Amino acid sequence: MAREKMSLLRPSTALRRRYRRDRLFLLAGRLAVLASFSTIGLIFLAILYTSLPAFTQSCIRLPVHFEETAFSDENIDRANYDLLVAQALARVIPGVTDPGEKADLLGMMSPGAAWQLQRMVDSNPKRIGTVEQLWLPANADIDMLRKGKFDRTTPERLRRLSRLQLKWYDQLNAEGRIKRHFNRVFFTASNSTEAELAGIYGAVKGSLLTMFITLVLSFPLGAGTAIYLQEFAPRNRLTTTINVTISNLAAVPPILYGLLGLAVFINLFHLPRATPLVAGMVLSLMTFPTIIMASRNALAAVPRSVCDAALALGASRMQSITHHILPAAMPGILTGTLLGLAQAFGECAPLLMLGMVAFVGNVPAGITDPATVLPMQIYLWADNPGQGFPEKTAAAIVIMMLFLVIVNTVVLWLRRKFENSHPHTS
Amino acid sequence: MSLYIFLLLTLLTSIAFQLGRMRALRIAARSGGLRKLHSLPRHYGSYMALRFAVPAFILAGLTALFADNIAMHFVWNSLPEQLRILPEEQAKLLRQVIIHTSVNPSAPGSNASAIVQAGWQLKQLTVFTLRLGWAGSLLIGTLSAGLFLKKIDSTLPARLAMEKFMRGILAACTGIVIFTTFAIIASVAMETFRFFQFVSPVEFFFGHTWSPQTAMHAGQVGASGHFGALPVIGGTLMITLTAMLIAVPTGLLTAIYFSEYASSRRRQVLKPILETLAGIPTVVYGFFAVFAVGPFIGRLGLLLDVETSTESALAAGVVIGIMIIPYISSLSDDAIHAVPKRLREGSRGLGATRSETILHIVLPAAMPGIIGSLLLALSRAAGETMIVVMAAGMAGNFSFNPLKSATTVTVQMVNLVGGAGTFNTPSTLAAFALGLLLFLFTLTVNIIALHIVRRYHARYQEGM
Repeated sequence: MAREKMSLLRPSTALRRRYRRDRLFLLAGRLAVLASFSTIGLIFLAILYTSLPAFTQSCIRLPVHFEETAFSDENIDRANYDLLVAQALARVIPGVTDPGEKADLLGMMSPGAAWQLQRMVDSNPKRIGTVEQLWLPANADIDMLRKGKFDRTTPERLRRLSRLQLKWYDQLNAEGRIKRHFNRVFFTASNSTEAELAGIYGAVKGSLLTMFITLVLSFPLGAGTAIYLQEFAPRNRLTTTINVTISNLAAVPPILYGLLGLAVFINLFHLPRATPLVAGMVLSLMTFPTIIMASRNALAAVPRSVCDAALALGASRMQSITHHILPAAMPGILTGTLLGLAQAFGECAPLLMLGMVAFVGNVPAGITDPATVLPMQIYLWADNPGQGFPEKTAAAIVIMMLFLVIVNTVVLWLRRKFENSHPHTS
Repeated sequence: MSLYIFLLLTLLTSIAFQLGRMRALRIAARSGGLRKLHSLPRHYGSYMALRFAVPAFILAGLTALFADNIAMHFVWNSLPEQLRILPEEQAKLLRQVIIHTSVNPSAPGSNASAIVQAGWQLKQLTVFTLRLGWAGSLLIGTLSAGLFLKKIDSTLPARLAMEKFMRGILAACTGIVIFTTFAIIASVAMETFRFFQFVSPVEFFFGHTWSPQTAMHAGQVGASGHFGALPVIGGTLMITLTAMLIAVPTGLLTAIYFSEYASSRRRQVLKPILETLAGIPTVVYGFFAVFAVGPFIGRLGLLLDVETSTESALAAGVVIGIMIIPYISSLSDDAIHAVPKRLREGSRGLGATRSETILHIVLPAAMPGIIGSLLLALSRAAGETMIVVMAAGMAGNFSFNPLKSATTVTVQMVNLVGGAGTFNTPSTLAAFALGLLLFLFTLTVNIIALHIVRRYHARYQEGM
């Protein structure tokens, strides 16, 4: 076996192999980064793309005649608004006489169409007797058809729209009577069994009320605990145990807090279930460890020289803390609180345990009203097999992520500010 | 109404502050300058404010909380005899009815029923009690602060008292947090203990049948239910392992790239993104699992002619894996980044390539931190709820085929108690046993992880 001639200018085979391995390793690293970021990017793009149709709603333009005869009853709320919609449809698509076909025709509209008419008459009773061209919401199937998400080739008995309905749709479309409008209902309504009438306002308000309770409970208690443990508590076995417990609590699965809340808040104290009050209490238990640990880190990061200088100038311990350490640590404490709240905002496993899964069709007015929260609404819609709900789910996710992006931006900004406030620390 | 009272009390508190401060200033002026006072004028003010606020707010809060209960107590005692001796269930119902009528009362005529009258009375009494309580809180606050105003003089140690009080409040915060946490853990442990009175621990830990339904009536077939937790634990382990299989290589390589290859500017941009990704609500991943990954695996199964379930353990495992990648890479990146630079320089100086340095020098040095991060990710994956509730199944199959549906501890907990009202059947109590199991598991994993991480930190503390 001839030994290879050694040269510093020409790398040996062994060295070349080592270099090749080096390059392969770097490639693997790059691929991993690409894979992890692109997967998560893909998830977001897919969800964003799915959500787009939910932000618009197909409407059909109909000549609605608010006939006096329909409002013969004293109470205008008792008028048959469905009949008005049906009459308007019959004016556009004449010649439908069969009762079944008539039902199909009316079925192209959302129940929201009649409600819209009712609201209009309520706000202005002078409308009675006039004819108006109105854009009224179509039902979820027509909506999907307009958005190109309906497969016309499916056999008729498996299809959710009949042959006639498709024909009418084409006719209306040719006349320019079908158009997509911005879906205001989605931002102003609460949950509904009809996809085209379901909105996230109720859930967003529930989430905000819940977050209010969580903030009110967890910020003062968490920050107070952190200040006490960091600045006042004696260093002994008990406090060490408490510290270890708190850092362990941070890793407890959220669902367990739901179990705890169920056992104590609901079964022992009989607090009203499925309300922002109980949800906020349970979520604040979950955020305590985050807030306490972040606040303690922030307090510990304030240079001791600041405290010592205050003490040397005659300040008391409490004064040195409230006047010097706390203001310096505040951005860090706020950061921790915001991160804890962001976590709580997106969490719904504990609320699932509390039984906060019921259908809530009303916008909650206060902290003791039945409510749902945004992630829970997402969960419920994701489970709903109805037409149009996957889009609503994705849209709700987009809204939730927007909230979280805002919170995270604030956190980053605070953190940067904090880093700059003590350039000489660590 | 209670909001106005709250605002009024706040206003009065600030007035008390001003009164205290002004009195201190007057005393100072009389006795020759601020330096004659023990504390600063605002300390006297704050102390006055406390003297007013503490009793007033406590009484007002108690009033707001219990006024309707107190009113109900009196209304109940004034009810006719035959209504008051009703059995507990009906009495509860009757109270509800009275509360309901009191929401929208109209002044009852003389021939109105006892319940309508009670509702009317309840409304009146509640309002009366609330007003009484609020008046009382104003009075007690004013008394407490007013009596104290006289006592202010130049020797009163207002600041010390204030600081003592604030310290007390901080200690109370700590006490509340710690007490709630422990009390709650104790309550779960108690429910678990009750569960083991129904079902023997041997069956729970070693039984292989999980069918937790309970009988609607005695003598039903399969009435007792089987509580062998092995299939549930097995399903959890399988899903967790699938997740780790996906997340560990990707997460670790990402971390290595971040800390060893990426420029510091790129790291500064990407690292916060990674941390943000770690905070994405899991319900988002759950939706992705149901709407994209599940159907994809199903179609793949059709293509390869393999039988798959719509709710497969694989889909849940894969998505949990994706979810924990940012965790692993962020925490491992911290660990790798903390390895002292001199180790790398020494290795490169002796001729090792970059990858050799990383594999043989840096990674072994960072290993405790990395293991810590993996363990933390493991406990996250095991406790993950939303993804499995949405994407994995309900039935506990004792199989290790990831294409079939599997159930997990968390799914079973949601199914068994999801909002249950009472806990007296073994099936609802079983959720607590599973919960305690999960708690102990994550606690153990976490203690080990923290221990390893701490030892590792200690190792590089000196000589950095």
